Order: sequence, then structure tokens, then C-alpha cells
Amino acid sequence: MTNPYLPTVYEILEVRKETDIDYTFKVSYEGELIGGQFMEISIPGVGEAPISICNFGEGFLEMTIRKVGRLTDQVFELTTGDTLFMRGPYGNGFDLETYKNKDVAFIAGGTGLAPVRKTIDYFSRNQNDIKNLEVLIGFKTPDDQLFVDDIKRWQENSNVTVTVDHGDETWTGETGLITKHIDKLDLSDVDNKIAVVVGPPIMMKFTTLELIKKGFKEENIWVSFERKMSCGIGKCGHCKIDETYVCLEGPVFNYIKAKTLID
Amino acid sequence: MGYQLSHSAFDDYLHELSKEYRLFAPILQEGKGKFALTDVVGYGEINSFDEMVLKEKSYFSPKEIFYPIRETLFYFLNNRVETPEIDIKPIIIFLRPCDLNGIKRLDTIFLKNGEEVDFYYLRRRELVKFVMIECLEGFDTCYCVSMNSNKADNYEAAIRVTDKEILLQIKDESLDLLDGQTIDFEPDFIKENKVKVTIPNVDDVTKETFNNEIWKEYTARCIACGRCNTSCITCSCYTMQDTKLSDDKRIGERRRIWAGCHVDGFSDMAGGHGFRDKNGERMRFKTMHKINDYYKRFDEHMCVGCGRCDDVCPEYISFSKCINKLNEIVEEGKQND
Repeated sequence: MTNPYLPTVYEILEVRKETDIDYTFKVSYEGELIGGQFMEISIPGVGEAPISICNFGEGFLEMTIRKVGRLTDQVFELTTGDTLFMRGPYGNGFDLETYKNKDVAFIAGGTGLAPVRKTIDYFSRNQNDIKNLEVLIGFKTPDDQLFVDDIKRWQENSNVTVTVDHGDETWTGETGLITKHIDKLDLSDVDNKIAVVVGPPIMMKFTTLELIKKGFKEENIWVSFERKMSCGIGKCGHCKIDETYVCLEGPVFNYIKAKTLID
Repeated sequence: MGYQLSHSAFDDYLHELSKEYRLFAPILQEGKGKFALTDVVGYGEINSFDEMVLKEKSYFSPKEIFYPIRETLFYFLNNRVETPEIDIKPIIIFLRPCDLNGIKRLDTIFLKNGEEVDFYYLRRRELVKFVMIECLEGFDTCYCVSMNSNKADNYEAAIRVTDKEILLQIKDESLDLLDGQTIDFEPDFIKENKVKVTIPNVDDVTKETFNNEIWKEYTARCIACGRCNTSCITCSCYTMQDTKLSDDKRIGERRRIWAGCHVDGFSDMAGGHGFRDKNGERMRFKTMHKINDYYKRFDEHMCVGCGRCDDVCPEYISFSKCINKLNEIVEEGKQND
């Protein structure tokens, strides 16, 4: 009988600082992954938490982790050569086929950029696979920016807008909430445009409402939910919303489904 | 096949069974009641028939026998993990039809929800056989008939207990340790409870039902103690919990502990965001799971109408009344359409 709860030990290959409280951990990993899936990571005796995968490649995966709790406090003490335990991957992730050869806008708020980073990056590197790639990202302040180098690279071949809620004296870019900047997207063929929205619940709620106001079709909007999964395999009950288990049927949902889910 | 046994002959039979099985039944737990110096009926291990308490409903369900309140999943030992052994002596549980139906719901969640099978649940569950206690009268808060949980057939043996004798039906031949004359005996089932509920049709439950005012009443009344969750035969949620066994984080233990959707923190995420802050929202969440959401996944209701949540609530919230109220507002909603 296989035991799905047993984690395996993995080596940390590199730790990169994104902000004071967000670090990206590159971990040795072999196996199939899809952007938007999550792993359950743990430190012995401290705890376990679901963390989304922000990047992967030959022999590694990356997770951008915010220092916000008991487990992540301890994860931040780890460095290259240390180990951590993981099990997974879990969840459906972003199916690339949904976005191939389409006009797609990825809209992310804060750490919501992490789960969708890999998918944006794939299309940025494979422009032939997508009709039009656009990215709209919001951070609270300039200091909260994640994946700054990636964003610069994406800007070289795509329409990428970065806005901050509150700028500072050095900030020369856009300011204000994401919902104010939907017009920066190319809405000339909004009937066929796809939007992927990932971020805090309040941001996803108002962004999707704004998109619909601008003419996006509900079936063309995709969202990804964050919940506190203890198991990742449909048993613990923490991520259940109505008859849906976010860990089994999500975390990526079409808006037609997502709008019916009431916590 | 069946047997007609005196109480002492049945006691002898239990002694024979206990050589191979651990026997669990409702017993009187002295001094374990809600208040000082009071007793409570709960599930415990028995050695003889006279320990069984059948005149009252057990305050807690039998689920903790094979789904422990706190269970060690594994130990971290440097770079590997090790799963602890468990007592593999088989178990027999004496229980009523509602609980047998409830255990089918637990089986569904742990073994059939998603592709993975819950290793820890299955390894204990496989050790268990059931002896159904015939239940013809029920108790004041029971509504099993409304939930179609008054009947069960997923048992290995069944008993009818009267003051004079015990009638025993054995379906699993390995439990037939008796000589002597056999009789035909089939247990009967309760046909009507004092309490009846009408479940709203799942297709009639709408977004408006979720936002209805009735849930506010429970925000005022529910104190989020979670007793309804812990006493429920079908509540299966749990949370992971780690404990350090060495200072260098190389040796540790992972456990899971029961969790309840009524209890603070159930949906909290790192960083502080949570869902269902109001206790009425939690009541709505639980109610919908028991009589709506689960049905949509598995074509039967999760609630089996054992009524324990009504028995244990310190605020006297009645789940059966809640279901009926919900049905009323759903019916009203249909008329207004």
C-alpha cells in the first residue's frame, strides 16, 4: 500500500532574495510538473504548507516563498546545500493548451505572480505559441516587486505593465490598483481575449468584475485560488468550497465555475 | 444464520471473540461527563456484555476507534521518514445502523475522494468488523429515517437485545464460534422517528440560500466550540501538526489531529487571511456539506441523522430544525420565482 503522506528529502540548490520577505528557493527535483501546481513542503518538527511552483526545468523546481508564518520563518533560515522535505505535485495547474495561439492577458497581484510566473515565462520564450502575450502586474510598493529581471525580459517582446499601489520618490512607473489599468491591455478583440487572474481574493474579485465590464466573456477568464491545504489529496477538508475541493479540481478554475463557489 | 442466546451465553460468546478481537461498544465513562462528577456514554473496549450501555445514545460516535483524534503519521529521522507500527489485533465494533451509514461516508472521503487512498485510515479500517445493534425506538433527537440511514447491511453480525435474551445474526462465518441450534433471525429497523426533516432538493439551493438571513441567527448563537464536529460520525476533517523531538530539526514527529469547520482557524492561511469569520457562515458551510455539497459528489447525503450534534450543543442549536428552516426558505424562494 503506498502512503501519499510521506515526504521525500530534497537539496536546496540556490536561494535568491526577491524582497526582504520573499525569497525564491531552487530545489533539486526530477519529475513532470505543470506551472500553477503546488508542493507540500515541510521542515521536520515545524510543519507543512502548500507552496506553489513558480519555475521548473531540468533537475530543479523553484518556489517563491513569503516569510509569513511558523514554517516559512524556518524555511528562510535554509541556504544552499541544506535540505527540505516535499511531496507532490498537487493540483491541476495552468494547461498550456488553453492559451496556445490565443490573445492572453496575465493579470497578477503581489505573490499571485508566483504561481503564474512559469506560464508567462513559457509564452514569453515561445512567442510562436501565442497570438498575443500581455502582462499586468500590481505590487503594493516598489519594494514588493518580485521577479524584476524576468519582468524586464518579458517587456522586451510583450506588453507588460507594472503598477504599484503606493509609489515612492524613485518610482517612475504606473501607480494605482490593477483595476485602473485594464485599459492598458489591447482590448480590440475582447470577445476572444483570454484573461488569467491570480492574486489576493479581494484583487481577484474586483479584477474579474472589471474585466467583465470591459467585455471579457466569463468563459475566457481563469483564476487560481489559494487555500490552506493540509493534505493536497482531498481528505483534510480545509480547501473545500461547496462541493469542490481546490486541491483536486483546482487551484486553477474557469470563472464560470469560480463565480459559483461561495466560501 | 442466527442464534438465540441467554445473556450469559452471549457473554461467553464475547469472551470467545475477545481472544481474537478487541471489542468496542458504548460504555459508561465514569466522571467523564460535561460537568463535575457526571458520567457520559462513549465508546470503549469491553470484556463482557454487562459493560455495554444500550439505553442511551453514545455522546461520541465510534469513529475515534479507527480514526484517532490524534494520530502519528510518521517520524522524521534525519533525511528519512518512518511510519510507526500499529496494534494489528482485529477489532469488532457494536454500533447502530446510523453509525454504520456514517462510516460509509468516512470510507468515501478517505478512500474514494480523489485518486489517493488514505493509508492511515485504510490500515486501521481493514481491521474492523461490525456488529449492528438493532435499533427500533431511537432517541429524542434522532432523524435517521428522514436521512435514509435507519437501515444498513454493511455489517458482519447483528444483535437484538431484550431483557430476556439476545438474538444474534451472523453473516460472516468466521464469527460463528457457536454450537447448538440455529434459528432464522433478521434484525428489524426503525420506521419512524419523533423528529423528521425535509431536505431541500439540491437543485433548488441557490446563491440566495447562501446569503439568506437565517444564518445570522447562528452567528448570534453558535460559540464555535466544535462539539458538533467532534461528535459527528461523518465529520472527517483534520489538520497536520508537527512536534520537534530534537533541537536541531533533524528528528520530529508529524501527526494529524481532528479539525472542525466551526472552530476558529480552520480556514486561516499564512499571512492571516481566513474565510467564514462569522459563526453563522460556518453553520451554513457545515449544513451545506452535510445535506447539499456531499450529495453532489456522491449521490447521497453526508448527514445520517444520528442527532448527536443536537445532543452536544451547549447553545441548544438543533441541526434538524436548521434543515427544516432551510427547506422552508428554499420553498418560499421557489414560490417567489
